[in-house]
Order: sequence, then structure tokens, then C-alpha cells
Amino acid sequence: MLWWGMAGAFTLVWIFMVVLWLVAVRRDPGEVDDAAAERLQTRWIVGGGLVLPLVAIIAILIPGIPIGHGMLPTADDDVLKIEVTGHQWWWEVHYPDTGLTLEDEVHMPAGVPVHIHLRSADVIHSFWVPRLAGKLDAIPGHENVLKLEADEPGSYRGACAEFCGALHAHMGFVVHVHTVNDFEAWLEGAAEDD
Amino acid sequence: MTEPSRQDRQELHRRFEAVWSNWPGLGTLAAVNHTSIGLRFMVTGVFFFLVGGVLAMLARTQLALPEQDILSPEIYNQVFTMHGTVMMFLFAIPVLEGLALYMIPKLIGARDLVFPRISSLGYYCYLFGGLIILSSLFLGMAPDSGWFMYTPLSSAEYAPGPGSDFWLLGITFVEISAMAAGIELTVSILRSRAPGMSLRHMPIFCWYILAMALMIVFGFPPLILASVLLELERAAGIPFFAVGGGGDPILWQHLFWLFGHPEVYIIFLPAAAIVSTLIPVFSQRPIIGYRWLVLAIILTGFISFGLWVHHMFTVGIPKLAQAFFSVASMIVAIPTAIQVFAWLATLWTGRVVFRLPMLWIFGFLFIFVCGGLTGVMLALVPFNWQVHDTHFVVAHLHYVVVGGMLFPLIAGFYYWLPHFSGRMPTPVLGAWGFWLTFLGFNATFLLMHLTGLLGMPRRVYTYEAGLGWDWLNLLSSVGGFVMAAGIAMVLLDVVLHFRFGRPAGRNPWNADTLEWATGTPPTSYNFASLPDLPTRHPLWESPQLMDSIPEGRHRLTSIDHGRRETFGTDAVTGRLKEVIHLPSNSWWPLLAACSLAVVCVSLLIRMYPLALVGLAGAAVFLLRWSWENGAHPGAAPFTGPETDDPPLHSRTCDGPGLWGMWVTMMANGTLFLSLIFGWLYSWTAAPEWQVPADSHVSIGLLLASGALLTVVTLGYDRLVTALCRGRAEGLFGRLAGLLVLAVAHWLLLLLAVLGSDLDVTAYAHDGLILVMLLYLLFHSSLATVLLGLQLTRVRLGYIGTELPYEPVVLRPFWLYLLAVFWISLGIFFWLPLAWVGGS
Repeated sequence: MLWWGMAGAFTLVWIFMVVLWLVAVRRDPGEVDDAAAERLQTRWIVGGGLVLPLVAIIAILIPGIPIGHGMLPTADDDVLKIEVTGHQWWWEVHYPDTGLTLEDEVHMPAGVPVHIHLRSADVIHSFWVPRLAGKLDAIPGHENVLKLEADEPGSYRGACAEFCGALHAHMGFVVHVHTVNDFEAWLEGAAEDD
Repeated sequence: MTEPSRQDRQELHRRFEAVWSNWPGLGTLAAVNHTSIGLRFMVTGVFFFLVGGVLAMLARTQLALPEQDILSPEIYNQVFTMHGTVMMFLFAIPVLEGLALYMIPKLIGARDLVFPRISSLGYYCYLFGGLIILSSLFLGMAPDSGWFMYTPLSSAEYAPGPGSDFWLLGITFVEISAMAAGIELTVSILRSRAPGMSLRHMPIFCWYILAMALMIVFGFPPLILASVLLELERAAGIPFFAVGGGGDPILWQHLFWLFGHPEVYIIFLPAAAIVSTLIPVFSQRPIIGYRWLVLAIILTGFISFGLWVHHMFTVGIPKLAQAFFSVASMIVAIPTAIQVFAWLATLWTGRVVFRLPMLWIFGFLFIFVCGGLTGVMLALVPFNWQVHDTHFVVAHLHYVVVGGMLFPLIAGFYYWLPHFSGRMPTPVLGAWGFWLTFLGFNATFLLMHLTGLLGMPRRVYTYEAGLGWDWLNLLSSVGGFVMAAGIAMVLLDVVLHFRFGRPAGRNPWNADTLEWATGTPPTSYNFASLPDLPTRHPLWESPQLMDSIPEGRHRLTSIDHGRRETFGTDAVTGRLKEVIHLPSNSWWPLLAACSLAVVCVSLLIRMYPLALVGLAGAAVFLLRWSWENGAHPGAAPFTGPETDDPPLHSRTCDGPGLWGMWVTMMANGTLFLSLIFGWLYSWTAAPEWQVPADSHVSIGLLLASGALLTVVTLGYDRLVTALCRGRAEGLFGRLAGLLVLAVAHWLLLLLAVLGSDLDVTAYAHDGLILVMLLYLLFHSSLATVLLGLQLTRVRLGYIGTELPYEPVVLRPFWLYLLAVFWISLGIFFWLPLAWVGGS
């Protein structure tokens, strides 16, 4: 996991810096002449100020960029498309293929990517299912596409992440993930009820 | 010290005090002295800090347990919005400006800042603006859209009450003080250093403040423009950010964060200045890596303007832009790491004296390094998508701003406490204050990282039980109250030290910088005589300055003329160039600020005629203020041929006023560029941008007006050049001729504006054109009035071959007007034609 590696490494850096500080404050340097100070300056500033951050940045960008790239929606026409519109303070969920419209609940199949087309009817909202994907804003006048993919069937909590007024805290929703077969069945049943 | 020299010293002090002291009683409100103004800024800032702290306590009380209803969502939203607004705009920036205003002249061996009346105006704008914003809380109509005021949530449709207006008008009012400080700190640092103090001899503190001041100059105008546009949208219905009229809510986000990210560094740099000043003193050796630090400061300044989009990674901007801003955001870690390692290396090679301020520096390092590391993580886009707008970000930003700003600030307060009061803090109470604050802070915010990772969004007024957030929030709230107790302990310590602290004596920490030679507490004039300072560590290299300065053994000791004076020097080498004469106590800044407060309040309550009265009042007071300059009897009257060496600045062609004008035009140009950005952005990115078919502005009138403007500006430029070469034949007549042409230019522009047919409530396109026209008209009016005043001053004998200074100062304003006039016409009228024609 990128995240745990990053957190672990950075915690070590943090502890290292604090310990270094404590030692630096407590030690008796003896007499340091200007030449020695100059050498130390170059070593510390180049080592700690240039090399350390550059290595850290490269180390997290190498795995980070492909991961970010993989999270973006691809131009694939076969993907299930769901239109989600943010309102103060509820989510309108629409399946354009079947004409079905739901409120505050999303149904989707497991194991395949789904494209959520995000819009807003009033102010800026942000669509976020913490366990399935990052968040993306729903902005008036714009349409954003979020790729959502769940490995396992189940129910996942979602929330509005962009502050949107008085009842922002109550703008939650649920994503129900079904197996592909169950999802097809649900879709047919729901279309008949509609 | 021998007896006669002590008597001389007191006599000199008495004579300087007579010229430099504030007026007694209520007259103290007319003070312009940087020591007084700086202290007032800091005390007012601490007051607002306590207000912001109480708001934070309210929020933490509400969130301590799940599903509480101590605060309604409406109140909670006001509380967190005001907490952010007060802490950022009314505490962090002003308190650091106050410290900079207080310190800078003392560090560079000057007696005051170069524009003392502007210090005073800035303070009153801050005070009045702050009180207006604060009043909204007590009226129960505080802004409630979050401190970055995203549209459309903050627009008239979704925030119909006056809350957003309080924010927009009040913050813009307060920003006058930031701009004032930015401009005068820049010019003071560049032009009033002690003779011999070249740039490489400046104490590192001054480099940081110079960078901060320039960042204010370039960083604040985008927000000022955005606030003006949003207020126009709310009050007059011009759809700059509304999709239906061809606006775009994302434009607000760009303009806000164009300001908002540099702002983080505007508060971090002065705090780092404190760290870089204290660490060498407590290590008793010069800082390691001075040049690296200067490089890091400059890099930070530049990079911080290229990061703003990292606040907008979830807006759905193009992939390539995300990658660019992601890498840029990580790169800023490099100058920060350079500074941290320079500090560590200094401690490593020094023999550290561990006193109370060092405890706070330790707290800074501990917290800030963690905040920096989470910052690098947040710059990674996929991670950002996950934790953006959660409590992880709340934790990160508090680690950065509390660790990076509050802890160094308190370290600085403790360090300079003897300088303010002449007494030392008490070690025991101070240590308690630190440990409570430090442990309380980490309990609150270290855990909050986890709360965010577990999925708790920010800005929720409550949350459901059983999501794993309960214990974390409870502990965060407990930590918050522990931290509040720590802050209370610090305050108690400061209050008690005025009575019980032992007298500090001179230079209690054995510091290297010159502020300790101004006395503890300092005299109103700082230095009775001005020494040459070709060194970064004057008090380590020449401790005798502590005596020789007050004894008057250096230069510029004559005071019988009754003028406040300091040296003006070359910006790079520090070579002595002139004597700057400074204004003394004045009521004009207070009166101007009161008039602006009338404007602000009447716009709030929508009494527009009253706003016009206030505006007229402000104009009259500001122009009356400008009248007392140069050879005016209230400043430095001309008494016949002067042979002073160096000359008074108002007898030269290059004084601080000219630099002030250029820096102001840089800020003004940034405002104008923000408007151009808004125009081009809306053209290319607004989803429903429309160009109305039947709008009309007379290009003919504008071209004629521009032609006249060109003639006036070029004529004025030649006239000023001749004046500086000592030629003034027919000055009055030529100036009068230029004034006639200037009035004609202004009339044509006015006609073009009045005759324009713009449907501003329907189209952002027309709204932006109107703003541009009004911007030009404002500058044209001001330039014409100032030219008229110059003409009168020629008649009165305040301007002539011996006194060429004022036309020199005004020249950049005309050149600026000429430039923006033609650029506006090109970009607003010609470019769209070329664009549409070409496609």
C-alpha cells in the first residue's frame, strides 16, 4: 500500500528530525572554526535541504502517478453510466439507459468500473464514497466524471464532502454493490416497479 | 560613563523626544510612530486571536460527542466560518504586520518607516474593518459560507442575508491595511537602511519581511478583485460567477486561491524570520547558511504563486495541470527543508542557551515538520482526492499554521517582551503555558489526521455515532481545552510580568541586532544618532554602539529644525543618498479611515447616497493629507538656496515616494492583471459564456480619449525630465496646458462610459467591460485631480527646479494609466474581434 509506506517513511523522517534537534541543542560543539562551519553548512544544507526532499518526492511520485492515472475515467463506451445531481441537501441518482431515478442511493455491479456523471442543481457539492474512490466536485454548469469500482458486493457509505450550506452534514447516501447478475436482476425489477 | 556625557545624553534625549513623541491624551490617536502603531497592531491582533479561540472552543464543544445539538447548524456554520476568517485575516496577517512594522526600522538603523501616516491609516482600516466583521457575530448575521466563500453558496441566491456582505466588504477594508504595510515595508527596507548596510549586510529578518511584503503586494490584489466582483454580483446582480449569465463559480476559486496560497507563506515567512533571528542568538553564533536562506526565501516567494490549484484538485481540472501543480507543490518542500537544516546546523555548531523562547521554537520544529510532511502527502493527487475536505486537511492546515506561525510568534513575543516592557518573563509560568499548549495542540490535531482518514468530512456540524469517530472527536475536544488553558497561562504570564518581572537591563539575551540599542522600552525616535552599519551583527561586533548611539556620537543629530528625519540610502549598496524628512502626528489618517468606514457600513446597509458622501470625505481627507508634503510649511519649507549634503529627499528626483508609487503600481497592475485573467478565463472556460449582439460602447470616443491621454502623458514625461535637469521655463503654462488636455481626455472617457449601452445584469461579458471602464475612469479622474493639485503647488512655490520631487512621484501614475488604457482597449475590444474573426 502506497499510503502505509508513505506514512511510515514520513513518520521516520519526523522522528529523525526531532531527535536531531534534541541532540543539536544538547551537545557541546567545542570550538568550531569558520572553515569547519562552512563544510558543515554545505553538507547539511545540500544533504538535508536538497537531497532528502528530492528523494522523497521522487519516491512517492514513481508509484503515485500511475495510481492517479488509473483512477481517472477512460474513454470507454461500454461502461455503465449513472448521472448524479447534487441538490441542497440530497442526491438525485439517474440511470439514463433505463430512465430510472433514485434518491440518495446508488446501485452498481461489483468488479467492473462505473462512470458517475456529476452535476449540481444549485451550489457546489462533492461526491465521496470513502471506501471506493476519491471525491469529485459537482459544480453548477459543469459535468465531472468519476470512475467508481467496487471489488466486493456490499453497502458503502457516501457523503457530500464540499460544504454546501445548513444541512451539509446530512447529505449522506449509500452505494449498494451487487454481483453482476444480481445487479441485472435489480435493474429489471426496479424498472418494472418504476 | 563620565558625568558630562550622561548629561549630554539626557539633553539630546529631551530634544529628540520633543519632536518625536506622540501627542498626549486623545492626541495619541493621531500617532504615526511605527513603534506605537506596531504595538497597536499586535495588541489588536491578540484580541482577535482570543475571539477566534473562543469560536474554536464552541466548535469543539459541539463536536465533542456525536449527534449533539448545542449549536444549530446555522450557528455552527457561522462559528466555523468566523473562526477561519478571524484567525487568518484579523489575527495572523495583522499581528505579523504589526511585528514587522515595529521591528524593521530598529533592525536597519532607521528612526521610522518611510510612510508613517500610511502606518496609521492601515491600523485604523484594520481596526474598523475587524470590528465591522466582528459585529456581524453579535447581530447573529455572520457569514456562514466557509472562510473561502465559494460561490454560489455565498451568492445572493443561496446566502440572501447580509453575512456574505459583511465578509466581502469588511475583508476588503481590512486588506487596505495589508496593502499599506506591504508597500511601506518594501520601500522602507529598500530605501532607508543605515549607510553601509548593503543587501548582503541585512539581518536575515529583513530578507524575510521584504519577501513577505512583496508577496502581499502581488498576492492580495486577486482577492480584492474577486471580493469586489462578488459584492457587485450580490448588490447589483451582475453575473460574474453565475453560470446563467455567462459567469463561472470556478473563477472565484482561482482568484481566491491565487491569493490564498501565497497567503500561507505570507504568514509563514515572518514566523520563519523570528526563528532565524532567535536560533543564532540562543546558539551564540551567526546563522549557518545565510546565503542559502536568502535563496530559499526568494524561491519560496516565487514557487508559492504557482501552487494555488492544489486547493482545487477535486474540481475536475485537466490531468496535465494537476500533475504540474502536484509537482510544484512538492517542490516547495525544498526551500523549506533548506531552512530547517540551516537552523539545525546552527544549533549543532553553537553552544545553546536553553531559555523560554527556545521551548516555543522546539514546539515549532516538532509541529511544523509534521505539517510539512503531510503537506507533501497532500500534494500527491490520488491521496488528495481521498482526504481533501476531510478532517485530515483540517489537521494538516492547523499543523502548518499553528506550528508554522503561532509557535514562532509566541517565541518571538517572549524574546521581545523585555524590549516592549523592559522586564523579563517568568520561567515557571511560561513553561507551564508552553507544555499545556503543546500537548493540548497535539492531542487535538494529531488524532484528527486519523479522524479524517476514517472518512469524516470537514465542516459538518454533527456526525452519527458508531462510525469510529466518537472517541477521536472527544479526545480532540479535550485537547482543545487543554490548549486553551495553555494560552490562558501564557496571557497570565505576560500580564503578571509587567508587575513582577525582573528588570531586563540592556540586551538581556546578548543579541546581535540593533533593536536592542533603542532602549528597553524603546525611545520614540529609536536612535539619537545614526551609525554606519556595514555588518549583519552590529551588537556582537561593536557592543559600544549601545552607548555611542544615544550619546549622539554618530550622524544626523541636528534636531532644532523640529523635523523628523532619517537617512535615505541606495537600495542595493546602502550608499547614503539623502535625508528623508518624515511627517509627524496627523489626524488625516484617522479621518480618512473613518470616512472609509462610513462607506463600508453604508454599502452594507445599502444606503448608497451615504456611501458617496463617505467616499467624497475620504477623497478630501486623503488629498488634504497629500498636501502636507515637500516644501509645504507643515513639512520642510524651502528657505532659499540649500547646500545640505546629503540633500533633503524632497529636493531630489529619487526619494521614497517615487519607490512607493512604483510599488503601488505593481500592486495595482496585479489587480488589473487579475481582471484580465477573469476576462480571458470567462471567454475560454465559462460554460455558458455569451457575447450579447446589441451591446455597444463607443470605440470612437475611447480612441479619441486615448489619443489625448497619450499626448498628456508624453508631454508630462518630457516636462518632468526637463525639470530634473534643472529646466523649468514656462512650467506653469505648460502644466496648465496639459491639465486642459487631461480634462478633455477625462470628459471623453466619461462620455464613453455614460453613453455605453451594456446589459450588465444579463451578461458577465458586459459586466466585465463595465468594471474595466470604471477602473479606467477612476484612474483617469484621480490622475487629472492630482495634476490640478500640482499646478496649484507650482503657483505656491512648492514645485520648481530646486523642488522637482512631486512631479517625479506622479509620473509613474500617468505612465501606468496610459499603459492600462491601451492594454484594456486591446484585450477587451480588439482581441475578441481578432478571435471571432479568425475562427
